Amino acid sequence: MSEMYVSGQSGIGRLIQALAESGHRVIGPVVRNEALVYDEIDGVEDLPKGWTDLQEPGRYRLEQRGDEKLFGYVVGSASWKQFLNPPETVLWSGTVSPDGFMTDPAPEPPKYAFFGVRPCEVAAMGVLDTVYGSDNGTPSMGMRTATREQTFIVAVNCVEPGGNCFCVSMDTGPAVKGGYDIAITEIVHNGNMRYLIEGGSKAGAKVLEGMVNLEEPTEAELEARDSSLAEAAANMGRTLDIEDLPELLKGNARNPRWDSIAERCLACANCTMVCPTCFCNTVDDNLSLDGTQATRTRKWDSCFTLGFSYMHGRPMREGVGARYRQWITHKLATWVDQFDEMGCVGCGRCITWCPVGIDITHEAAAIRRADLRDTPIGIGGFA
Amino acid sequence: MATLIEPAVIDQMTPIPFKVRSVREELSHTFTLELEPPNGDFTFEPGQFTMVYAFGIGEVPISISSSATREATLLQTIRRTGAVTHALGTLKSGDYVGIRGPYGRPWPMKEAKGRDLLIIGGGIGLAPLRPAIYHAMENRDDYERVVVLYGTRTPDDILFETELRRWGDRTDITTLITVDAADRGWYGAVGVVTRLIGRVGFDPSNATALVCGPEIMMTVTAERLMEGYSMKPQSIYVTMERNMKCGIGVCGHCQFGSKFICTDGAVFSFDEVGHLFDIKGV
Repeated sequence: MSEMYVSGQSGIGRLIQALAESGHRVIGPVVRNEALVYDEIDGVEDLPKGWTDLQEPGRYRLEQRGDEKLFGYVVGSASWKQFLNPPETVLWSGTVSPDGFMTDPAPEPPKYAFFGVRPCEVAAMGVLDTVYGSDNGTPSMGMRTATREQTFIVAVNCVEPGGNCFCVSMDTGPAVKGGYDIAITEIVHNGNMRYLIEGGSKAGAKVLEGMVNLEEPTEAELEARDSSLAEAAANMGRTLDIEDLPELLKGNARNPRWDSIAERCLACANCTMVCPTCFCNTVDDNLSLDGTQATRTRKWDSCFTLGFSYMHGRPMREGVGARYRQWITHKLATWVDQFDEMGCVGCGRCITWCPVGIDITHEAAAIRRADLRDTPIGIGGFA
Repeated sequence: MATLIEPAVIDQMTPIPFKVRSVREELSHTFTLELEPPNGDFTFEPGQFTMVYAFGIGEVPISISSSATREATLLQTIRRTGAVTHALGTLKSGDYVGIRGPYGRPWPMKEAKGRDLLIIGGGIGLAPLRPAIYHAMENRDDYERVVVLYGTRTPDDILFETELRRWGDRTDITTLITVDAADRGWYGAVGVVTRLIGRVGFDPSNATALVCGPEIMMTVTAERLMEGYSMKPQSIYVTMERNMKCGIGVCGHCQFGSKFICTDGAVFSFDEVGHLFDIKGV
């Protein structure tokens, strides 16, 4: 393990300052319009001190905790994919002339420091790194790759999981498992707010070495950190049984459960918008009125919309049940065939932000209870 | 000459300008663009496709219909169905289109060496098969019997008709055409394309079938070859189609079970995808 430091809240402020001084746009959690969002932060005073979020299926409320915790919440609706892979990205723009068309130079990628990234969200970035990986030397998502490579990640371990969290099932938390530059654990020790800080990369170690007034943690503080994380792991709001799950879902393409979900699902696409790993997108081509300037924009898309599967005048996935089946089967089953891991990190956002509270863990369990693989209806799997 | 300014971050979504050398009307709704690669250099394999971009209008996946070795230009045969294909249909010689690619897994021309080739097309499905037919003719000794079976709706819908007739005159390949509905001037076969299979000699135990057409035509053809001729699904290849937006496996639109049609296909052996045809809404 790399060297561990400890500080009070002032040390957190100095860390934000150090990242800003080294040329980063520091993005962190802030409370705005009664919601927790990620936006630019200037210092520790911008963090959601004393706030927590209560999460249940289809329900999200911010409440005052009555303490001084900076990281006493779980996650808001928006994930970090909004910065690495924005909802709308200009892929290229260009000008047409009689000699063909020329593309404009691409803008410089922004240099971000993400402050307060939850372990499940760090894992989600890794999942998308695999999806967008390069197979022929050119990154498939050039701007995302360039932005990601120079993004500094300050992870914050979870000591208070939310009601819809299941990172333990997905093995992504509550302690961050790599892919970060600095990791912070917030503990209350002898009535004081203490922050255990460790480097996870050379860049992270360098930033920490340059900081003054970081202390060496006491044994008791280290123990408090470990016990807080162990307690968090034992307090997950939900569990997802992943044993044999890919085969289970693929073998239940004709399960009548999909029809029952279709009766509740509004096909609103909220789950795919808030999901930190959902990557489906579409492109929009626009032309200036005089016909000389073209812009191609990549936009988030969702497998829940009717237009997503549209071809030759009709959608291929007409029923909502087929669309939910596509989504959950992709997340938990076919994603494994495609990328050797699941496309779910257990953040619980899709449960919280579903207007009717459809719960991915609950639906997977329902399919498991009504497994049709050994019946005639189960013949012929999905993948 | 068009120059492509190298963007600071090259993204695979940036199209390269290709000059239109000629436009050929094939059928009432189908045309072929002949395109010049910017450096005269474009390599692909039979069965691959490109993303063809009409400036400012949009982009569509189109299979390549020319020989992979013979010409320096690229042929793309397109049916007018939507805004982009209609825009492409108004292009003239000297205009430009954007091209990305080639993408996708090609027809198994190497794997089929030493075997009978059974090439079965329906409608515009003949276009992606034509590079495979050219390949077989250019490397005739690599294969045993080469059979081309083509079915289309009416005698007016026969794609590449002059060429099909020319192939029909050759002794080293067998070419048969059928139409679903004929008029008085038609003296050829009438009926679905699977009915032609029984009229040609081939060795089902040592044959590779390349099938391209509407999904239902491919399913029926594959089933006929398996049930009627005991061909293994591993020896039957089909090409799949979805409304793909990227061609490089990142937009998610073309998922078919575990497969990304753009990168895992579009050519699949029937044992890879056959079971998915039975499930509604995959």
